[in-house]
This record gives sequence, structure tokens and C-alpha cells, in this order.
Amino acid sequence: MANYDFLFDNLGLRGWCGEDEGGGLSSMSDLMGQAGEETEDTLWDTPFPSLDALHDSCNTIPQSRDLTRGLERGFLDIKDSLKVVVDPLTQPLSWALENALWIMQAAPWWMMIPLLMLVTWGVGRSGKLVALVAACFSFLAFIDFYDHTMQTLAIIFVCAFICVLLGVPIGIAMARNDRVQKSLIPILDMLQTLPPFVYLIPLIFLFSVTEPKLYGIAIILYAIVPVVRLTDLGIRLVDKDVIEAADAFGMTSRQKLFGVQIPLALPNIMAGVNQTIMMSLAMVVIASLVSAPGLGVLVLRGIRSLELGVGLLSGLGIVLLAIILDRVTKAALARINAEQKS
Amino acid sequence: MSDDVKISVRNLYKIFGGNPQEALEKVHAGMGKVELQAETGHVLGLNDINIDMPAGKTTVIMGLSGSGKSTLIRHLNRLIEPTAGEVYVNGENILDYNERRLRRLRQKEMSMVFQKFALLPHRTVLENAGMSWTIEGKSKRAYAEEATKWLDRVGLEGQADQYPAQLSGGMQQRVGIARALTSNSDIMLMDEAFSALDPLIRTDMQDLLIELQDELAKTVVFITHDLDEALKLADHLVILKDGYVVQQGEPQNILLHPKDPYIEAFVGDINRARVLRVRSVMQKTSERPDNVGGEVDHDDTLENVIALSEGDTTKNYIVMRNGQQIGVLHMRDLVRALVPRKPGEAAAAG
Repeated sequence: MANYDFLFDNLGLRGWCGEDEGGGLSSMSDLMGQAGEETEDTLWDTPFPSLDALHDSCNTIPQSRDLTRGLERGFLDIKDSLKVVVDPLTQPLSWALENALWIMQAAPWWMMIPLLMLVTWGVGRSGKLVALVAACFSFLAFIDFYDHTMQTLAIIFVCAFICVLLGVPIGIAMARNDRVQKSLIPILDMLQTLPPFVYLIPLIFLFSVTEPKLYGIAIILYAIVPVVRLTDLGIRLVDKDVIEAADAFGMTSRQKLFGVQIPLALPNIMAGVNQTIMMSLAMVVIASLVSAPGLGVLVLRGIRSLELGVGLLSGLGIVLLAIILDRVTKAALARINAEQKS
Repeated sequence: MSDDVKISVRNLYKIFGGNPQEALEKVHAGMGKVELQAETGHVLGLNDINIDMPAGKTTVIMGLSGSGKSTLIRHLNRLIEPTAGEVYVNGENILDYNERRLRRLRQKEMSMVFQKFALLPHRTVLENAGMSWTIEGKSKRAYAEEATKWLDRVGLEGQADQYPAQLSGGMQQRVGIARALTSNSDIMLMDEAFSALDPLIRTDMQDLLIELQDELAKTVVFITHDLDEALKLADHLVILKDGYVVQQGEPQNILLHPKDPYIEAFVGDINRARVLRVRSVMQKTSERPDNVGGEVDHDDTLENVIALSEGDTTKNYIVMRNGQQIGVLHMRDLVRALVPRKPGEAAAAG
């Protein structure tokens, strides 16, 4: 006896529902019910008219598990055609990740660490920062995390670079057109709030786990949001008077964009790049679930086989990496700010 | 006369709002600014503006905030598009210009100086001064000499490599003026160019502008809300109120013959002795008067004459121009001119 029988009886839909043949899959609560005593239904126990509850009364109504299965079927049905489009588009990403990983690991440590120090000097012009970078990488290499660190760094470099490459133009488009901004903001909100694990699920179906682009796409989708948002904001915040002056002296919109808007928005754009790098670092750890190499693998090992020491140490390694990346990008930001405001 | 007109504004209307054309018809039918706003929510920014701006002279457009003066100056280079009307520059209607031609007008024929300076903060003073050349695609080497010349001229020697933020407000505005001059355009639009500066620096800048004007004779359109500044700079004064022209003409003339109570109230507060010139008060005659106190130039201010007379109101002065007598100034007329007419008197007198 189901709760909502009366509904279908009264509406005269009994015939549409078909005879109760005990068809369909039984749910967990059914099985539990069979095992226990049949209890008297009171108003207190009346369930919400959900798919499952209605299914009990009428077989034609699908169960909620049919809904999730339908979604899955639908995705699997379009998967092949989706792959035809997405696969070649994202192939360069696989290629870039593979090569970056190879280069960063193939180069010997005595070339790589000085090179990273040199890059830090070029970006930040600060001896202290260079010393910090040297100390952190030496420490990570000393505890034999060198290879994992380089893998993580390679993935972040590639993904953050692509984020900037795509994100800045998207941000510019948003700043120039209110319609574009309105339609993109919900998507950005969704990308930012969707739990990171959820990204991985459809991607696993779409690509083979051996392909680097699987985690590459996940990282980019997650990390691209701040650079888009802050580029949009930065360009919108450019002083209206300066824009008016640019117009009054006859600048083309191209000259305005590259000569005025982007340079003046640069502090905000760089703040976005900083956030994007930090978020790709967060995602690269989670992406180790889908075969992303690097420090995340060690974290995962710590969890899986309860190796507390490995887990803690690799966690510390990620923190060090985060500190370095943050300080270096902030140093670049500070230099841009100093140039404009000095 | 028409040969000397550089910019000519004809029947210019600007209405802000959702459907300006419909609102324009109501304005043509005689609806006022307040009614229009109450009834349709449209703001009447400019109402039937007609101005001829003489070439090589300074036209000052004066009005209080909300009078539409900033809106008006932005029509002269089409930073704002009018609802109706024509704007002629060098005899061509710039509203017919396509985008390309309009850009050339802004690059070559007009330059603008802004209240808030609006310099590019990421470029040096020299690069800012050479902005119009950069826009044309010229290299820094090409404009360095010209830009340096004008930077020196406005008193910024040796500051070329500074960034704008390193300069004081007054110096930043000098960069703004140098930027306008370096473009070598005939027309300079100045939108409350000195309003953001403190009084002493403002006086300096006014003197600088007058000096430059004597030398270069550009067509300057100057916006201000300050009557003293307007009278100091103007060859042609336009007084704007609620989007329409209340009175325009020679400043001395407006001062002595205000057309309506609004302007009388306006001119009541100023130091007339410092603004009025001998030529506006004198009698044109070649006869020699009695009791001659001395000779004065036609362009002297009344203040100078008062100082010369040491307060003796019985004397008469011979007014000279280029060594020739052109008139006589009676001190009694001078004193009478110093007292403004009471508001409303003009209307009563007809």
C-alpha cells in the first residue's frame, strides 16, 4: 500500500499507470521494508511526493535512479560526437603538457634551479626573493621531491599560461560589451563554485586517463575564472577621463585598448594572474586523482596507504611552492604598481 | 566677418533620455526644461545654441554647474553627439564626418585640455606631450624636439622624463597644455582647465594662457564657472544658463549692459575697476577737455586710472591708442561705471 495511490485513483489515471506487477527496480527502503514489519502509515510519516514515492503508487512514473541513469545515457550518447570536436581542439594541450613535463624533468637540477632563480630576478628584481626561491627548491630537492616538484611546476606553468592566453581576451570582451559580461558571469560563478571533483567526472568519460589533457582541462576550467574577472574589472575601472582624453586626441579603439586600457588595467590583470596560479596549484593536487603527476601523487599516497610522513612532507612542499609562486607574481605586480604610481 | 569665424554652432540641441527625438518635438513646441523632465523624464541639456567663435580669439563659455557648458564643448569635437543642429569647423559641418575624418579632426585640427588633466599615468611627461604624434604613428625621435620645445615654453624644463604622478597639479596641467600645443592644431578646447588648481597657480596659468595667446593666436574655447576668469581671458563671452545662451558678446559690453536679471546678479559681485577698460567707459571725441589730468591708454583698466588720479574725481583724461587721441575719459563717468545696476533695473529700463 503506497501513500499516493489515492492521487492516481481519484484522477482516474489508474489505467495509465498499469497494473502493479512489482516491476522496476526496488529501492533500498523497499528492501528494508520487506525485511521488517509493515507499519501503519500516519500523517507524520507521509513522504514528500518524490519520484520514488510516486513510483510506489504508479509504475509509469520513473524512479529517481532512472533520472540519473538517463543523464548518464544522454552524456554517453553525445560523448562520441563531442569527442570529435573537443579532441582535436584540446590536443595541443596534451602536447604542451607532455613536452613541458619532459623538459622540466630532463633538464638537470644544476641548470633548472639557477634558471628559476634567474627568472625570479627578471620578474621581481629582488635578491631576497631569489634567495627564497633557491632555498625552497634546494630543500625540496634535498628531501628527494625534486622530480615531483618539477612536474607540478611544469603543469602549473602550462595551465596558467593557457589561462592567461584565453582569460585576458575573454575579460576584455566582457569589459567592452555588457551583454557578453551578463551572459558570462553565471558561467564563471558556476565554474568557481562547482566542487572541483565534479569537473573530473565528465572528463573521465570523455578522455582516456592516460591523456594529460584530462587534468589539463580540469585545471584550466577551475583556474581561469580570476584572470577573466579581474581583467574585466581592471578595464572597466580605467579612469573615464583618461579614456575621454584618448578619444579627444583621436585614438582608434585599438590604440585605446593597447595603449591605454590594458596598461592601466595591468595591476588588476596581474592580481588575476596571481590568483589563477594559486588556483591551478590547488587543482593540480586534486587532479592527481586522474593521473596528474607531481606532488599531488605523494599527497594521494599519504592518504591511500596512510603514510603520514609522506603526506605531511608533500603538503609542506606544496605550501612552499605556493609561497614562491605567490611572492614572485606579487613582486611583478608591485613593480608594475610602482611604475605607474611613482 | 564670416571669414573670421572658426567654429560655428547652429541650432544645437541635446536631449538626454530614452527617446530624444520625441522629446525634441515637445521642446520645439515650446516645452521648458523643468516641464520636460517632469513629464517625460528627458533632460534638456542644450537648447537651441547658436554661437560664432572667432578665429584666433578666446571664446569663453561661462555658466554654473548644470548649465550645459561641458556638454557644449564636447559637441565641438563630437565626444557627444547632438540631438539636432550643426557644428561647422572651418566651414565644414563636422556632423557629416565619417569616423576616419572625425579622428583626423581630433588629431590635427583640435586639441583638448581637461579639468582633471587626464594624462596617461604610465607614460613620461615627454611621451604625454607627444601623444598626438604617437597616435599618428610617429616615433619618439620624431616628436621629441617639438614636444620639448612646448614643454620648455610652458615652464617644464628638465621634467621630460618624469611621470605625471611625480608632478604637482599645476605642473600636470602644464603638461596638459603642452600636449595640446604639441599637436599643432589651430583650435584648443579647454574644459574647466584651471578649475582644479589652487587660486595662485590658477592666476599663473591664466597669465600663461594669455601670454601664449598673444604669441600664437589660436582659437581657444574655454569653459569656466568663474566670472573673474572668464572676464580675464575672454574676447568673446557666452553666458549659459539651464542649457540656453542668456547673453553673448564682448565681455565689457555684457558687464555694462547686462541683458537680464540673472546676469546682473552674476556681474554684481565682481571687482569692476579691475575688469572694465578705459575704452568701454570713455566718450569718443577728438576735442581736448578742460582740467586734463593726463593721458591713459585705451586698454588700461579703470583701476590704473583711479591710481593715477589719486582719487580726484574732477579730472578728465585723454585716451590714446597708438599715440593718437581717440577719446576722453571723465572721472565722473568712471565712478558711475563702478556701481553696478541693481538687478531688475535693466528690465525696468527696457
